[in-house]
Amino acid sequence: MQEIRNYTMNFGPQHPAAHGVLRLIMEMDGETIVRADPHIGLLHRGTEKLAESKPFNQSIGYMDRLDYVSMMCNEHAYVKAIETLLGIEAPERAQYIRTMFDEITRILNHLMWIGSNALDLGAMAVFLYAFREREELMDVYEAVSGARMHATYYRPGGVYRDLPAQMSQYRESPWHKGKDLKRINSWREGSMLDYLEAFTSDFPSKVDEYEDLLTNNRIWKQRTVGIGVISPELAQQWGMTGVMLRGSGVEWDLRKKQPYAKYAEMDFDIPVGVGGDCYDRYLCRVEEMRQSNRIIQQCVKWLKANPGPVMVQNFKVAPPSRVEMKEDMEAMIHHFKLFTEGYCVPAGETYAAVEAPKGEFGCYLVSDGANKPFRAHLRAPGFAHLSSMDTIVRGHMLADVVAMIGTYDLVFGEVDR
Amino acid sequence: MSDTPATSLAERLAARFGDTLTISTVRNETTAELAAADLIAVATALRDEPAFRFGELIDLCGVDYLGYGQTEWDTNTAAGEGFSRGVEGQAMGRFDWAGRPRADNEPRRFASVIHLLSIEHNHRLRLRVFCADDSMPVVPSLTLVWPGVNWFEREAFDLYGIIYDGHPDLRRILTDYGFVGHPFRKDFPLIGNVEVRYDPEQKRVIYEPVSIVPRVLVPRTIRDDADLMQAKAEAADDWQRN
Repeated sequence: MQEIRNYTMNFGPQHPAAHGVLRLIMEMDGETIVRADPHIGLLHRGTEKLAESKPFNQSIGYMDRLDYVSMMCNEHAYVKAIETLLGIEAPERAQYIRTMFDEITRILNHLMWIGSNALDLGAMAVFLYAFREREELMDVYEAVSGARMHATYYRPGGVYRDLPAQMSQYRESPWHKGKDLKRINSWREGSMLDYLEAFTSDFPSKVDEYEDLLTNNRIWKQRTVGIGVISPELAQQWGMTGVMLRGSGVEWDLRKKQPYAKYAEMDFDIPVGVGGDCYDRYLCRVEEMRQSNRIIQQCVKWLKANPGPVMVQNFKVAPPSRVEMKEDMEAMIHHFKLFTEGYCVPAGETYAAVEAPKGEFGCYLVSDGANKPFRAHLRAPGFAHLSSMDTIVRGHMLADVVAMIGTYDLVFGEVDR
Repeated sequence: MSDTPATSLAERLAARFGDTLTISTVRNETTAELAAADLIAVATALRDEPAFRFGELIDLCGVDYLGYGQTEWDTNTAAGEGFSRGVEGQAMGRFDWAGRPRADNEPRRFASVIHLLSIEHNHRLRLRVFCADDSMPVVPSLTLVWPGVNWFEREAFDLYGIIYDGHPDLRRILTDYGFVGHPFRKDFPLIGNVEVRYDPEQKRVIYEPVSIVPRVLVPRTIRDDADLMQAKAEAADDWQRN
């Protein structure tokens, strides 16, 4: 008989299922994994060090680029940490706007996840469906900030500006014309909130469509049921948060347990899994999309009824209005100081965490009283999740590694920072 | 969060560990400072004892306290020399490797900061362990208490050069293969040491000394003067009513 030995296989970093730049060195026994060693850092940009070399506000844009499919949630953690140190609080309307955009971001993230994960496991169509709705939500990002992804919309003390009263419409072009143009513009007659209202009343039926494609799909179930089972104890030992923890049946969600922004006021449910496998986590994420939809509806209702300021009137941290700047010397000086030197944050340290779509995204800030953070550390959920890879995939087949990478919901912008 | 949980946590910690921990509670966040030698025993107790049950280690990161509180712009005395006073300093954007600041009288530069979470009690706790020796910073590894700390310790080792004693696999994690130095240390230049490019003549990727000139656009400033006091008062919102 021939002698059979273990061999080592390199997976990535240029692999479509690696979700970016993951490099895995795997020791294989036939098609079974004996050891998996993820090599990360190929997207390391030293975000934290860069943040330490700039005034506080200039780093908000970097936060978008960490987990680049849940942009505003990252901003939220960073801004929340600064606000804690400064001892300021955003106005109520800004808090509602943040809650709403956190949930829009959650849907954006889960749409990306469901599409790409299904694609990894061989279901092409879901990706196309998911990106249809993602496009509609991207337009909301664009409407408030001018950017489709990297918004830099949250600021310490509130949000950059109020929601637009008019949603932008498509113009006639070779790609959009006639009946088609009329259909895509029909939601865009009114304000952004009207647009979101139309979107949220329609979205649950879209989630049904994804479920039609996957939930009872035999191949989908064969690829996910019983794969990557994580016990609640294991999940806690490895510092897992978010869906990775809830999929194992631990009811833990910062939006409920340590509410921030306006989550305490919202009526929503937290889905938890039973078996802790990839399929349960899939079900959790699908249900989270429906719950996020509910939260957005509640926020839209409140925001329509309650106009008000969206930024604190403290010109040490927030810019004065353009009109005031033209007339008032004091406002002019404030504006100049804010955009050159920035503001000094009282000495101290804080850890601010938000329930990002992937898990707990935290920002640990140490300030020595200067206009730049002394130490800014970003706690990315994906980093903790990926570190458990070796423990979980041992004994699985090679193809299950792809299912596992998918279920971790990895984005290397945040893992490598 | 209400006021009570963190306060009572601090009390329980003080009652259980006594002088081992130096506890402070600021803004409902409890921080405990301890010596490296006590770390493993305290961590195990925090994880297992029913009063604490810190089942999850959320985060571990290194901190380099070199230059803490140093500013580049004197804001307390009157101006005399114009803008030049604003560009003298040792912020990491200003120096290259040869001109890096030397740490001579900074006692206890490196710290390892740990954030714990108890899902059972809905508590958070921050632990800070300073390394005794700056030239050889060593802290015991927590991998046997919380296995999930593995990569976080590798990261702190990579970026700060803190050595985690007892770590099973202390390799670099984020930086390039073959990287030299610990880039997040405050005396590591922001521009780095080497740059990498493809050389069409040699037909391979080559490393060269960095060609970027270090520069800082905004000087590091600390203002604890009237401005900040005013900002505090304005934030308290009373000034509008007066």
